Amino acid sequence: MEKEALDLQKQQAQNPLETERTRNRKVFVPKVDIYETKDAMVLIADMPGVDDQSVDITLEKNVLTITGNVESPVYEGKALAYAEYDTGDYQRAFTISDEVDQDRIEAVVENGVLRLTLPKAEKAKVKKIAIKAE
Amino acid sequence: MFGTGAWRFGRLLDPYAEMSRLRNEMNRLFSVSTHPFAQVYPAVNIWVGEHEAVVTAELPGVNPEKIDISVLGDNITISGVREQEVLKENETYHRKERNGSRFSRTLQLPFRIAAAGIEARYEKGILKVTAPRAEEDKPKKIAIKAA
Repeated sequence: MEKEALDLQKQQAQNPLETERTRNRKVFVPKVDIYETKDAMVLIADMPGVDDQSVDITLEKNVLTITGNVESPVYEGKALAYAEYDTGDYQRAFTISDEVDQDRIEAVVENGVLRLTLPKAEKAKVKKIAIKAE
Repeated sequence: MFGTGAWRFGRLLDPYAEMSRLRNEMNRLFSVSTHPFAQVYPAVNIWVGEHEAVVTAELPGVNPEKIDISVLGDNITISGVREQEVLKENETYHRKERNGSRFSRTLQLPFRIAAAGIEARYEKGILKVTAPRAEEDKPKKIAIKAA
């Protein structure tokens, strides 16, 4: 209960990655939902401030890395009077199994939400075995 | 003698009562601070200029038609629904970190808002509300006449 209450805000990355980034900016871990359907794995990430141009998805070996760049807004003649959230880039990596058909991965960004569909490879699809009654 | 004894007895009891009161008070204090409904969502940033203020909120994946903005005096209220995905049969979550719920926030700006001039944009999951300062609330410049 307590943990759930604290989880509403995005969390700052503890250690963005082992490598250091060239851009000196804050990095956040996007909140992610992952669910499995019969034919695919679906990953949904909340990345407010990114669009299809500023999000970058790479798949190297079995590591899927999601990166999103967000420019901090600047309003001419206005001062930030009150702040509850910070802007920065997004980064998160997942290890995915060989069972994903890596050539057919689809990604859509809409309203600051990234939706990745990772179709399962043919060989990994479950074959249902019928049980015969005697 | 008996009277004094009872009095002393009463004095002895007192600290325990005081301690349990303190403990209850502390429990109440901490339970309130971690209460799930006490959470503020969405988080907002407010930029203030001379003639207008800009309120931004991170609301990824919300249908813009389901966001309501209302103004009363110097208060601005942002409310709406963040809908959760409903899984079909045979679909299971591996990870579920995103929340979906109703939200509502009322913010007080440092001046009265001209409700007619409010402009709201929802882009890339970020809501940006530009609230202009009401004409009657703008500071009047007073010219000083030379004698």
